[in-house]
Formats: sequence, structure tokens, C-alpha cells
Amino acid sequence: MSETINAEYLGMNLQIDGLDNSNLAYFKHCAAHQFHLQKCDDCGLIRYPVAEGCSWCGGGNATWTPVEGKGEVHSYTEIHHAIQPAFKSHVPYMVLLVDLDTQKGAPTEHEALRIIANLVTPDGVLAPPDVVARVGIGSRVRMVFTDVADGLAMPQFTLDEGAEQPDRPWRYPE
Amino acid sequence: MAQIDQLDPELGASLREKYAIVGVGETEYLRGSGTTTRAMAVMAIRNAMADAGLGPGEVDGMLSYQGADSTLSTFVSADLGIRLNFFMDVMGGGSSTEALTGIAMGVIEAGMCQTVAIYRSMNGHSQTRIGGTGARAVAPVVGEFLHERSYGWQSAGQKFAPVFLRHMYDYGTTPEQVAHVKVAHSHHASNNPKAYYKNRVTVEDVVNSRMICKPLHLLDCCVETDNATAIIVTSAARAKDLRQIPALIRGVVGRVSKPRADLHYQAGPISTVAGHYAAPRLWRNAGVGPEEVDVTGSYDAFTFTTMLQLEDYGFCQKGEGGDYVSNGTTFLGGRRPNNTSGGHLCEGYTHGIAMVVENVRQLRHEADDSCPIGPDGKRQHTYDHAEGGCRQVRDVEISANLGWATPGTGSAMVMRRGA
Repeated sequence: MSETINAEYLGMNLQIDGLDNSNLAYFKHCAAHQFHLQKCDDCGLIRYPVAEGCSWCGGGNATWTPVEGKGEVHSYTEIHHAIQPAFKSHVPYMVLLVDLDTQKGAPTEHEALRIIANLVTPDGVLAPPDVVARVGIGSRVRMVFTDVADGLAMPQFTLDEGAEQPDRPWRYPE
Repeated sequence: MAQIDQLDPELGASLREKYAIVGVGETEYLRGSGTTTRAMAVMAIRNAMADAGLGPGEVDGMLSYQGADSTLSTFVSADLGIRLNFFMDVMGGGSSTEALTGIAMGVIEAGMCQTVAIYRSMNGHSQTRIGGTGARAVAPVVGEFLHERSYGWQSAGQKFAPVFLRHMYDYGTTPEQVAHVKVAHSHHASNNPKAYYKNRVTVEDVVNSRMICKPLHLLDCCVETDNATAIIVTSAARAKDLRQIPALIRGVVGRVSKPRADLHYQAGPISTVAGHYAAPRLWRNAGVGPEEVDVTGSYDAFTFTTMLQLEDYGFCQKGEGGDYVSNGTTFLGGRRPNNTSGGHLCEGYTHGIAMVVENVRQLRHEADDSCPIGPDGKRQHTYDHAEGGCRQVRDVEISANLGWATPGTGSAMVMRRGA
């Protein structure tokens, strides 16, 4: 059994229990700024987030596999009223639902590896309002990491400045 | 063996109208109940038993639902002098009432007990804030929540919002269309003396209220209140000897889910919700279709939840929910009013059970509005739905309740007016 990881991030106490082997493995990769997900040994589909079996086929065995963290915003919300006190100084902040390019359209055309994370600056800090205002459905993003503690970094997304961006990503009408 | 999704048309009909809701009761909607969830639960069930004409020796089953924020059946039954032959307290929120009604039918059918009281009791404003502030915001972030709460993505509104925005993107749904849900429910609440918010609002009021998380303005979100509400389920045969016109249960579905109940957005399209999967089973069990329903109770934790469910249960075509909720159909006086009590947006919040209570009263033709009570003890409804007036829907025969836990999980129930 591993030690429980106990860390502070934006006023929240994040804990990975020493028994939670799957989350320990996931966040250990993240701490090394690598994004690895579980790939089912039976059906070959990658899954997100961490799980103890394959939600597509029920298979029980999986292998940690490197996944490229590039994709497109599928939907989002822009939060103006924060629940967590430490987020209040960052409003409006953005929660993105991102379709990764890897495995997009599988198992059907309606699915993708849909990753939840914040929109951040390239160095992993919640993005300021002028950057938030540029992002919407269709925006191209790439993964970066926010370091939290030994064995724990959070995968995040930042605008992919090297990618071709839509002229006007879809945003809630102002 | 046939695939589960291939519905046998013969199944689901054997219990149709064999069970009924015979009693309903609640406590006042408050912000600051000044008492415990136990005391409120006892009061709500006592009111429901009195409504049905049942004494303590005539109720022998109990079901409740909660989120680690409420009392248990063991205490509540003892306070009511009830000796239980069956009870269970389950985890859950908005998809629970209809699901537990199905469980009550099943345990009575199995001979485990005869009459079941179902309750939800919560100090959703003064103790455990249902919006996620307070105790829930300071709890350590562990396990599955490391992938959610760590990102400041915690409250129901924050969690559901990507689904709502994607519906706008996929179908051109506008904030003004969806705001009509709040407008309709505020009109209904103005005729409900129990409602916490009785003031009528306009579309402009909704879209000009402050932004909480896009696309939800303050007035797109429901109210946090302290309340307990209860219903009583028994057989239609026993219902004949009781005080009220029974609300006969034609069909239920419970906690029907998208391919992933935990992370529904992994299965698309995300602008389609669990009602899409529940609808064929519901209408088969009920033996009627949406066009035969006179009044709906579509869960309104948010304006958008009402719209999404009405759409996916087939009250309009997919993608036309914005038009359906803004064209007058769902208003009192319209073809199929929704949440005639004012719902969670206006009346108060108790995780869906109050919407079942409202439809039971509608089916009895005894909505508790301000209309005068006649010499026979029955309300003399005027059907004038002006502010402060009547909220009874004329000649209601069939109702539908559409309960929502998340975009990925829902429950539903169809009831018919008994004799």
C-alpha cells in the first residue's frame, strides 16, 4: 500500500488515498507531465477518466497508454459565481469539455475521449478574462499541467497557438 | 435472449392501475425551518396519512431518499407509531420519487408489506446547502471527484451546463426561449399559496438576472428551501376504502441511464439526456403516449432540465424543446401545463417529490389554490388563471412526472385519475 497523497490546491484539500492504485498511477504520470490513460486489453478502446473496468465492453484488464493531449472544445461552461472560495478571485473561469483527437469518433460518431479541465495559461494558471473571451466550441487546445504536489499534477488545457483556430468559435451569445 | 432495448410490448402492463397514490402531505417551504429533518419528515407523513385517512396501524412500509443530509426511516416510523414490515433509505436526489414508487409497488406485490410512505426531508437552505456551498465545499476532494471538483466544477448547475450549452449549439435554442420555463412556473406559483416565490417574472427578468455559469442566469436556477414532503402508495383495491380519489399508477421507470451513469458526457450526443432511453419503456408500461397526457411535472432544477426532458420524452420533436416551452403549451391555460405548482424554480425544492404531489392534487381536481371551498368540502375552481387565482387544470385525466438526477439518469411516472 502506498502513502496517501495530501495536497492543497486553490484552497481545496486534494487527497489520493493510498488504496486508490488507479488514481495514484494516473496522477503520477501527470506529475511527470505525461498523459496516460487506461486502454482496454479486450476491445482496445481507451477510457477516461480512471476506472476499474471498461465501460464499453466490461473488460477487466487494461494497460496504461500514452495519449496525445490535443483536441477541440466540445462544450464548456464559463463560471461567474464560484462555489469554492479560492476560485472567486479568478471569475469568470472556464471549464472545458474537450474531444481529444485520439479516438475521436469511437466507439460511435457521437463519442470521443471527453476530458474535463480548466482553460489555463501555458504555465498552468487559470486563464484571465481576455483569454476566456476568445475560447468557445470548436477552439483548438493542447494539454499542459498544473503542478500541485509530489505525485500529483492536474491535466489542463491551453489555447493551441500553433493550430489553425476557427474564425469565431461558438460562444454563448453576449 | 432478446436484447434489453428490444421492448416486449406485453411486459409492464400487468401492474397497470393496480397501485395508487392515496395520500400526500408536506411542511411549509421555509428558509430556516428551525427544526430537524426528523421533525419535518414526521410532520409531512402525518399530513399525508391524514389526507389519506390512514392511521398508524395502517401504514407498514417506508422508503426515503437523501444525500447524507437527512433522517432515517427507523426514527421517523417510531415517531409516528408505525410498526414496519419493510423499510429502506436510499441515496439519491431528483430521480428518486418515481423510482421508489416502483419499488413500493414491487414490495407490496411481493407480499412484503401493504402500504408504503415515501418521504424526502431536507434543510436544503439552513443545513446542507443543495447548491454546494458550505459543508459540501470544504469537504476533501478524493477519488472520482479529483477529476471534477478540483477544477471548480462541483455544483449541479456547473456540472450540467456543458450539456445545456451544447443543446444551444446543436439546435439553435435561445436563452429567451428557455427563460419561458421560469416565466410559466412563476405564473403558476402566483396561484399557489404554498410557493416560496409567488411573484410573476418576465423573460427580460430572467435573461437580465446575473450570470451564475453560462448559460444559467440566477433565475434559470431553482430555489434552496427547507421542506419535507411525503406520498403514500398502496393497492388500488385498498384505495377504494380511503378518503381521496386515488391517483392510479399506470407506469413507472426508475433511474434509466445513459451508457455511462457516472460520466454521461463520455457517451454522446451530450445534448440528448436519459429521457431518450426511458421514454419507450415509460410509454409502453403506461399504455399511453405523450399526446394523451394533460399535465406534466418535468423536473426544474434549472429551466433547461424541464426543456430537455419534455423533448426527449417525446412531447415535441428532438431539438424543438425551445419552441415547445415558449409557445404557450406549458402555461396554465395551454394544452399541457407543466409544473402547475411553480415547481423547484418557484414553489420550493425537495428533489422532485413535490411535483408528484402536485399532479396527484391535479388528478383529484383539488389543486390547493385560493378558490373558495364549497359546502361539499371541495374547491370550487374558477379556471381563471389570472395572478392570485385558480391553478386547477380543467378535466385532467392523465399526468406525467419526469424526474431528473443528472443529464445521464432519469425516472418517470404516468398516473390516471381514479374513481
